[in-house]
Amino acid sequence: MSVTLRYFAWVRERIGKTDETIEPPADVTTIAQLVAWLKDRGEEYAYAFENPKVIRAAVDRAHVTPDTAIAGAREIAFFPPMTGG
Amino acid sequence: MTPTIRIQREPFDLAAEAAKLADGRTDVGAVVTFTGRCRGEEGGQPIVALTLEHYPGMVEREITSHVEEAMRRWPLLGITVVHRYGRLQPGEEIVLVATASAHRQAAFAAAEFLMDYLKTRAPFWKQVESSTGRDWVDAKQIDDAAAERWRFPYQETEK
Repeated sequence: MSVTLRYFAWVRERIGKTDETIEPPADVTTIAQLVAWLKDRGEEYAYAFENPKVIRAAVDRAHVTPDTAIAGAREIAFFPPMTGG
Repeated sequence: MTPTIRIQREPFDLAAEAAKLADGRTDVGAVVTFTGRCRGEEGGQPIVALTLEHYPGMVEREITSHVEEAMRRWPLLGITVVHRYGRLQPGEEIVLVATASAHRQAAFAAAEFLMDYLKTRAPFWKQVESSTGRDWVDAKQIDDAAAERWRFPYQETEK
C-alpha cells in the first residue's frame, strides 16, 4: 500500500522534506506503528520522532489518535501541537 | 446562513467584515468580533516577525467542522472566520472571528468557542523570528484547557 506522508513545522525541518510517498510493510497497521517504523529509517527521522508523545497525526486531513488504523489512507500527516489563532 | 471561512496571506478589513454580517438586516441585534494580533514580544523577548505555516485543505476542514458545531449550539445569524498565514510583523492582525446573533450571549459565547478551538485544533504553526534566530512557538497548556471546557458533550472528529 503506497501512501503520501506530509510533514509540517519542526517535524518537516528535522526530516528535511515536506512530503514523500512510501510503502510501509504489511505489519505496520497503525499510526503508532508507522511512527516506530519511520524512526528506523535514518537519523533525521529518529530526531523528528524522538518524542512520539508530542507528535500529532492526521489521516486524509482529519485528526487521529496513535491507535488509528492506516489501512486505506491516502495522505498521512505528522506535525507538532498546533499554535494558531 | 452560510458562514464565511477564508485562509489568506493578505490583511483583512475588520470593519468591513463585521458590517457584512449585519448589512440590511434587522434581526441581528449583536455582532461580536475578535481580532488576534502579532505581539512585539514572545516569552519576554522582543521579536522581529512571526511566520505562520498551515496545512492547506485540512485547515478549512477543521474550521468548518467547528463553525458547524457553533451553529448547532447557538442561534447564530452569521459567522466569519479569517485566518492569515505567512510572515507577519508585530502589530499586524492574524485572525478574525466575527459572530452575529439576535442577542449578545450567543455571539460572545460562539466567538470564544471558535477561538479556543482555532488555537488547539486548526493546523497552524507559529515560528518566531528574533535577533537570535528562529524558534517554533510551543503549544500552551492553557489553550488546551480553554478548548477542553467546551467539550462536553462535544465529540471530537477523531476517527
